[in-house]
Amino acid sequence: MPDANPIATVPRARAAAHHTPNTPEAHPKRAGRRRTLRSRLSIGSMVILPLIGLVAFFLYPLCANLYYSFTNYDLVGSPKWIGLRNYDYLFTQDPRVGGAARNTLWFVVILVPVRMASSLGIALLLTRRKRAAGFWRTLFYLPALVPPVASVVGFVFLFNPGTGPINTLLRKFGIDGPLWFNDPSLSKPSLLLLGVWMMGDVMVIFLAALLDVPKDQYEAAELDGASARQKFRFITLPNISPVLLFSAVTGVIAALQYFTEAAVASSVANGKTGIDAGPDRLLGYPNDSLLTYTQWMYVQGFNSFQLGYAAAMAVVLFVVAAAVIAVLLRRAGMFQQKGA
Amino acid sequence: MTSANPIPPPRPLRRAGALLIALAAGATLALSGCAVAEDGPVAAAAPTHLSGTVQLWHHYNGREAKVIASIVDDFEQRHPDVRVRVHAGQQDTKITQVVSSGGDVDVMLTNVNATLGTACKTMSDLAPYMRRDGVPDDAFQGIFAQATAFEGRRCSLPTTSDVYGLYYNTRLLAEAGYTTPPRTLRELEDMALKLTTYKSDGSIGTLGFNPLIGFQQNTSATLGGTAGVTWTKDGDSAVADSPQWAELIAWQHDFVRKIGYDKLKTFTAGLGDEWSANNPFQNGRVAMTLDGEWRVAFIEEQAPRLEYGTAPFPVLAGSGQEYGGGFVSAADIGVAKRSGNKEAAWALVKYMTTDTDAAVKLANGLKNIPTLKSAVASPALQASPQYRTFIEASAHPAGNTSPVTEIGSTLTATMDDFWTDYQRGSGGNLKRRLEKVDTDIDNALGLRRAK
Repeated sequence: MPDANPIATVPRARAAAHHTPNTPEAHPKRAGRRRTLRSRLSIGSMVILPLIGLVAFFLYPLCANLYYSFTNYDLVGSPKWIGLRNYDYLFTQDPRVGGAARNTLWFVVILVPVRMASSLGIALLLTRRKRAAGFWRTLFYLPALVPPVASVVGFVFLFNPGTGPINTLLRKFGIDGPLWFNDPSLSKPSLLLLGVWMMGDVMVIFLAALLDVPKDQYEAAELDGASARQKFRFITLPNISPVLLFSAVTGVIAALQYFTEAAVASSVANGKTGIDAGPDRLLGYPNDSLLTYTQWMYVQGFNSFQLGYAAAMAVVLFVVAAAVIAVLLRRAGMFQQKGA
Repeated sequence: MTSANPIPPPRPLRRAGALLIALAAGATLALSGCAVAEDGPVAAAAPTHLSGTVQLWHHYNGREAKVIASIVDDFEQRHPDVRVRVHAGQQDTKITQVVSSGGDVDVMLTNVNATLGTACKTMSDLAPYMRRDGVPDDAFQGIFAQATAFEGRRCSLPTTSDVYGLYYNTRLLAEAGYTTPPRTLRELEDMALKLTTYKSDGSIGTLGFNPLIGFQQNTSATLGGTAGVTWTKDGDSAVADSPQWAELIAWQHDFVRKIGYDKLKTFTAGLGDEWSANNPFQNGRVAMTLDGEWRVAFIEEQAPRLEYGTAPFPVLAGSGQEYGGGFVSAADIGVAKRSGNKEAAWALVKYMTTDTDAAVKLANGLKNIPTLKSAVASPALQASPQYRTFIEASAHPAGNTSPVTEIGSTLTATMDDFWTDYQRGSGGNLKRRLEKVDTDIDNALGLRRAK
């Protein structure tokens, strides 16, 4: 049976060519070379396209961004090299970047763990539910299917201090409801409620991981008299730790880039859903409490035309994101190679 | 045994990686050298026949885009060999990006205050064309002719303008015993407090005037325009040195306290969207409001039974600001430096800005105020009594606008940001905080001017 693998045929062809006289009738060596060349071209053609993509859409933008971060670039003129001036402005002069970074940090430190904890809690409850399990799983997953913009708009109307049903209900009990999305101290927690409501995407991954934990481990632990807490600590958590890590890493990256939900909440709560209001007037309401780092970067780059400065902000974000992910992975032992 | 070090990639792979990075870095340096084109020579005489294609980019959408299209049709009828390709619905940032990347832009229509400071250097100097074709600067209302040039370069001309003033509900004012609108901010406050009604639970029922910065068109630019404030001096921020700013902000802060910040926020949050038929002035929940001339058209369409009047916005008494003018802004239009058909592009710009019939048609269609003096005086300009207020305000010598700078809207946004925060708190330290605003604006300007 002929060997279908061209790479596997190469040594055999070479061996055959070594013993065959160099006659025009039989050119196994040349044929072998041709096959080798064809095989290399075939591999090369498969590699070259991804390589072009890598250079064009990752390496070039990365290098360009790094270069622009050292320039004064307003999009229309030539970039002028200004050394570390953008970084100096970022760390010592920009009046709004500190607040934007703190807001983003809030979402990383509060939103991500709370979403993970609530998703895990719901997933644990769902694994115990035997009757109508499909119905409950679907019910908790459904909010994740609603487009984020629609969810935010719905939540802002729900929590409208003047006309929303939540405060109307509170007033019936004699409680003067808070300003929710219109109060700088409550706008982020209001978005947290939205984030928890939409946790179906994380919950479904946890649910799959929990259902995958071997039952015999629980049975053995029960025989040894382990409590529910001990079973969770020593069986459940180690088994689902890769999924927890995955969820933490993707959650942190998403939180560092948090943009849409906060932007929509700001513009809807502000009563300015468009037309003349530029992003610098729409984003951040109320009182910059929902202004995130990426929003400010967008405003600087495409509203204020400070492309060089926006590039410096992007570099800092890249470094911070890489550092946070490296710490997460290192703590989870992903860099440790399991040995004997 | 464990190893903390990842396995190093084989040498050929490392070499390939280094090559790719070098390639990307080389491409970065090669592609980053784009430069702004220079103004080319202008023919001594205007061509007698125009031909070719002109690419027009603007930000208007829907109904307003159709108005622009209609003006373009008229232009094409005058110049049958010129074809205008219209790119509607393009925001200023998008147009600027297209221009910077060498895209096909001949004529660009943008916003003066937000964009001109950046875009001006990509636009041709129109002064030689204007001299040659006999278009005088004073064909336009003074403030607009001034605002559409930047650092001495006439890079654009004004098309239409937005003029801000006071809208008042005549029925609610009459019920409160008022027959005329307020002329000073103190009068506005007194009337607003009298017009404000409260529900049994203490919340606001009807609001006389909403003094919160950030509410609809209440911005530092529009309110500052009523108080004769100074924004900049010798190119630097000068808000702390302007006593009018301190007086205006103190007045507003005091006004907010008289009603209650939380009550105002709760009331404001429960109002309909500014641009919907639920606009609080249109549905009678707010008796007086600061708004642009476009509201006349919105009311005509969405609340035709509303009994209302318009007037110039009240001024800060003793500030030196004369009653009758107020804050204005404009859309500007210019010819891209890289245009391959500058004469036809200039002809289109000239037609849209200096032809009386075209300017009137544009203003009637867009429901904006013309900037061309002959269009303002034209009997064909459709103007209800309410709309007439804004036409007169646009021509008033006290009309003003925020300065055009390299940082665009960052100038006013920095002030808005401070003021929004200040109105929340208990006040105090105003001078020091205005000095901080100056520092922030100067730092932003410094970064933009860095060499």
